[in-house]
Amino acid sequence: MNTILEIKHLSKKFKDLTAVDDLSFSVNSGDVYGFLGQNGAGKSTTIRMMLTLIEPTAGEINIFGMSLSKNRHEILSKIGAVIERPDLYKYLTAYENLKLFAKLSNINVTHKLLMDQLDMVGLADRSESKVKTYSQGMKQRLGIGIALVHNPDLIILDEPTNGLDPQGIADIRNLILKLSNEMGKTVIVSSHLLSEIELIANRMIIIHKGKKIVEGFVNELLDPSKTLVELETTDNIFATSVLKKSVYASMIVDVNEKIRLTINKHEISTLIQFMVESKIQIIEVKPRHSLEDYFLNLTKPE
Amino acid sequence: MWNLLQIELFKISKRPRTYIAFAAIAAIVMIFQFAFKADGESYMNLMMQNIQDNFELDKSKAINGYFMCYIILNTLLIQVPILIALIAGDAISGEANMGTLRLLLTKPISRTQLLLVKFFASFIFTVVLLIWMAIIALFLSMAIFGVDDMLIFRAKGEESQILQITKDDILWRYFAAFGYAAIALTVIAALSILLSVFAENSIGPIVATVCIVIFFTIVSNLNMPIIDKNVKPYLFTSYLVGWKGFFYIGINDEGQPIKGSIENWGSIRKSLGILLAHIALFLGIAIAAFRKKDILS
Repeated sequence: MNTILEIKHLSKKFKDLTAVDDLSFSVNSGDVYGFLGQNGAGKSTTIRMMLTLIEPTAGEINIFGMSLSKNRHEILSKIGAVIERPDLYKYLTAYENLKLFAKLSNINVTHKLLMDQLDMVGLADRSESKVKTYSQGMKQRLGIGIALVHNPDLIILDEPTNGLDPQGIADIRNLILKLSNEMGKTVIVSSHLLSEIELIANRMIIIHKGKKIVEGFVNELLDPSKTLVELETTDNIFATSVLKKSVYASMIVDVNEKIRLTINKHEISTLIQFMVESKIQIIEVKPRHSLEDYFLNLTKPE
Repeated sequence: MWNLLQIELFKISKRPRTYIAFAAIAAIVMIFQFAFKADGESYMNLMMQNIQDNFELDKSKAINGYFMCYIILNTLLIQVPILIALIAGDAISGEANMGTLRLLLTKPISRTQLLLVKFFASFIFTVVLLIWMAIIALFLSMAIFGVDDMLIFRAKGEESQILQITKDDILWRYFAAFGYAAIALTVIAALSILLSVFAENSIGPIVATVCIVIFFTIVSNLNMPIIDKNVKPYLFTSYLVGWKGFFYIGINDEGQPIKGSIENWGSIRKSLGILLAHIALFLGIAIAAFRKKDILS
């Protein structure tokens, strides 16, 4: 698998607020990568940094094997994005909006290309209507049409189902699956809904307060027989090195202030015994029931 | 860059607000033309009340197309900056407000390119607006009032002066004056774009531009020695009406006007230089700020 996107130790501070804190993850070619976190977790800030809208305070972003800061023009010509709301020129028609942004992507713009694109997102019959007459769902579909018009290799969709009715959500979900399964595109989708990511993504990351909580394959992370366990020890570096050399290595999902593992419930006691025998001084072992419960707990209003 | 400029001009042409400026200018000019056609002599009497005892004038000839255009420009070139600000003040902030700025900047175009294109589009709008003014304030007035020699009333220090320019020596002065006005109004466009970079909605930069122009114009018109020497030279508004210099005809030793001459070329060149420097300054700051700006809209 080629790594399409690699983020290393990315941080963004706005005066006293740390929106993104030492975030690292990677996306492989062909992934539908779920970017999950509650509102204000730092998803949009991270995505905006990936699109050069926001300057990182620290860290590195590499896309298509190139440094984003040094190859902005080349990288952006291969990315299509919809960021939060699909805001477009309301006084122009859908066709004019699409044509305008297609021209900005430096491609050969033909009437056929534009109509095919509008047809793909189901707006061909409303191509001459001004965008101000469109519903939210139609605007979202047009936004995706604009993101795809130059046939990008990487598609970034920031909360694409926000404000949509159930049919609109299903349409967008089907479109993302089509992009991945039939067209082989790499898609990064951010959402605050685990259920949404679960349906479309093969890999995902959960962030909270700008920090990574877990990253991995969706089917493994959401396996109902597994429990997420948080470990706190007197020396997490030592504990991590010991665990990485043991049978528990593949179960580690994140190492940060705490060590997180997804593990079968009945194996927790064996894990504790192993740690004691390995001279790891345990401060706390906290089972989180399941990743879903854990995420719901994070997003629960305080 | 040309592709981007075409897109920008297309967007401007599609916005209803663009045509407000053209309609406003047409309305004001036509009111002037109607008023002067109906009762222009009263205006001339008012203008000449101090000198008509020792100066004979055929007032019906004095009110002609050239004179009308001069009067209209005198009034309008103070108001036109507001119309320029309506478009230029919206350049970046309007995109931020609509949410299209973030989409634009995810395309393979640089921020400097985008800002320069916004500036060139505002410049083209300014030129087109001035051409429109020339058509209705000059050519329409010439058609309605005819052409003849033009009288200019000039306050020079504490003296009042009347300058007479022959009708075959006027048209080129208007072309030069409109050219100068284009540069002067482009300073307003550059200022509006600069303010637009810092805002997330259009109202702020438009109102701020108008406030700055009004405040600086008031200061520029204050007749106090300390302000004349220490403040006015640094205000761009002091040079906005420099176009009038093209109508201040040179006078020979016998007190006769010299055809094709301008009294003070040096002053016009200096004013143009200062205006161009302001454009470069405003645009430079705007580009520097825009390149560093986090797009959060």
